[in-house]
Amino acid sequence: MSEPLLSVRGLTKHFRLEGSGLFEKGPTLKAVDDIDFDVAQGETLGLVGESGCGKSTTARLVLRLIEPTAGSVVFDGTDVLKCSKDELQKLRREMQMVFQDPMSSLNPRMSVGVSIAEPLRFHGLGNQIERFARARDFLEIVGLSTDYFDRLPHEFSGGQNQRVAIARALILRPKLVILDEPVSALDVSIRAQILKLLEELQRDFRLTYVFISHDLSVVKRFCERTAVLYLGKIVEIAESEKLYREPLHPYTQALIDAIPVPDPSNRNIVQRAGLEGDVPSPINPPSGCRFHTRCPKRMERCSTEAPPLQSVAPGHQVACFLYR
Amino acid sequence: MTAQADIPGRAPVAPDRRTAWNIRRERMRFHVRTLKLAWRTYCRDKAALIALIFLVAVALISILAPWISPHDPTENVANINAPPGSEGLLLGADVDGRDILSRLFWGGRIALLVGIGPTLAATIISLVLGLVAGYFGRWVDQIIMRLMDILFAFPLVLMAIVIAGIMEPGVPTIIIAITVALTPYIARLVRTTTMSVKQQPYVEAARAGGAGSLAILVRYILPNMIAPVIVYSTTLIGLMMVVGSGLSFLGLGVQPPDADWGTMVAEGRGVLKKAPHATIFPGLVIVLVSLSFSFIGDGLRDALDPRSRVR
Repeated sequence: MSEPLLSVRGLTKHFRLEGSGLFEKGPTLKAVDDIDFDVAQGETLGLVGESGCGKSTTARLVLRLIEPTAGSVVFDGTDVLKCSKDELQKLRREMQMVFQDPMSSLNPRMSVGVSIAEPLRFHGLGNQIERFARARDFLEIVGLSTDYFDRLPHEFSGGQNQRVAIARALILRPKLVILDEPVSALDVSIRAQILKLLEELQRDFRLTYVFISHDLSVVKRFCERTAVLYLGKIVEIAESEKLYREPLHPYTQALIDAIPVPDPSNRNIVQRAGLEGDVPSPINPPSGCRFHTRCPKRMERCSTEAPPLQSVAPGHQVACFLYR
Repeated sequence: MTAQADIPGRAPVAPDRRTAWNIRRERMRFHVRTLKLAWRTYCRDKAALIALIFLVAVALISILAPWISPHDPTENVANINAPPGSEGLLLGADVDGRDILSRLFWGGRIALLVGIGPTLAATIISLVLGLVAGYFGRWVDQIIMRLMDILFAFPLVLMAIVIAGIMEPGVPTIIIAITVALTPYIARLVRTTTMSVKQQPYVEAARAGGAGSLAILVRYILPNMIAPVIVYSTTLIGLMMVVGSGLSFLGLGVQPPDADWGTMVAEGRGVLKKAPHATIFPGLVIVLVSLSFSFIGDGLRDALDPRSRVR
């Protein structure tokens, strides 16, 4: 593999919570804990996991919308976390984000056309007429009529608003787009359309995606590689097809088992028991392997020692003592 | 799909003249449509519409007072306490035999000035302070809001007395006093609404798009937090007129024989039994005008919300 477009090493974010007393330090929430992954030019990496496992925090850290506690994010040869304000502004032209709730990620008092043109304005590109002309082009590119330029977000459906948000993310012609649950808030009937649009745009604009989702069936269809997160740590990362065919980590196995199968009679995988209990709090994560409290295959060392993420096959890494 | 051809990060190319002209015309239409919708929503609130018409009339009369008042407001033109309708005076004369109608006309100038001036000034100051405090938080917030707390601690009247001591009693004194006293109230509202709007995903989306703090404040936070502030301030105008009258009543503001609604009530108080009209008319005007500002505030609340606009 050539130089990856995005390379994340040891990325960590701890949130210090409010203490009970005035001078008392609050507990630390380990939202993202020592995450490594690479994204190659033109590929789509899926990040999956339950709510609160640090998926969205990872996205915000990569774009430096929040400051990390430790780690490095190298994008196209530049360290995002160390660069100056001016350099960051330049980098932001090349990495954009699409948010989960399309309605609330658009300014309710700004017409959608103006919203699409906004990033050009932030980067001082073109005059107003040029920017609006470009925004009209992008309305068409995402499959909306230029007549919609002056509509307000509340006059649109969720799917239309998400198209607007995508147009806004693409107007700067970025290389990397982080999609933070882009279809989770949409009706099932609209999801397929938006995913198809995203695929077309990836081809036309040669985009690289990081696709965050809690919906495994969507990730399976959409992403070439998938990373599974549990409580702020990556437990398994592999090519999607492989991950779904033979998941190694017990957590991944449980997740994939939980996908509803359209035709139960046709099911030829061994039936595994579902997971018990809830995700432990990231404020006081379990010692050792974070999954050991719910793991059906736990061993003694799991509660004391944390398994490192290790390669078991080319492009397939897993953090579990079962595979050493 | 022309945009696909150009290079990432390059400035967009200028559209041809026809497209450019169309874009300009569409923008114009959009703004006109927005205003029309807001106006139509406002007109649905009948009380707000009547209040607005009434206030426009009051404002016109006050502005035109020098030309339309039948008498000099400070001149003795009739018997003292002449009842309404007598001696050719529609609303009668006051305790000094001055024409009450003329004094009401002239008094409107000061009342509106004292109501609108300080509220407008305090709103602008509060917007700057509150936005900065709410957006940047931390020590900036601490410094600004603790200063506001200090202002909170001074009663309005005490503030007016101090300022009157530095300057001298008069209309500028009460305008400054009310402005200073009002600022912490509006600034607190601005700060809290700013902090809640700041949490909205579209603010984060703007930052991800490369927006700086100024652009976020002016283009994203301000338009989405200003509606409740405008409503609150409009309602306060009426109240501040009453407060201004109160300060004039204490002798800190308008000096006799100048006409002012509050002073007129104060002067009529002594002869309330003998000549009730000298108090009732200015009192009624104060009540009606301050009520009108409240109704207008209610009407604006709906008109300023894009979601509640009628199509």
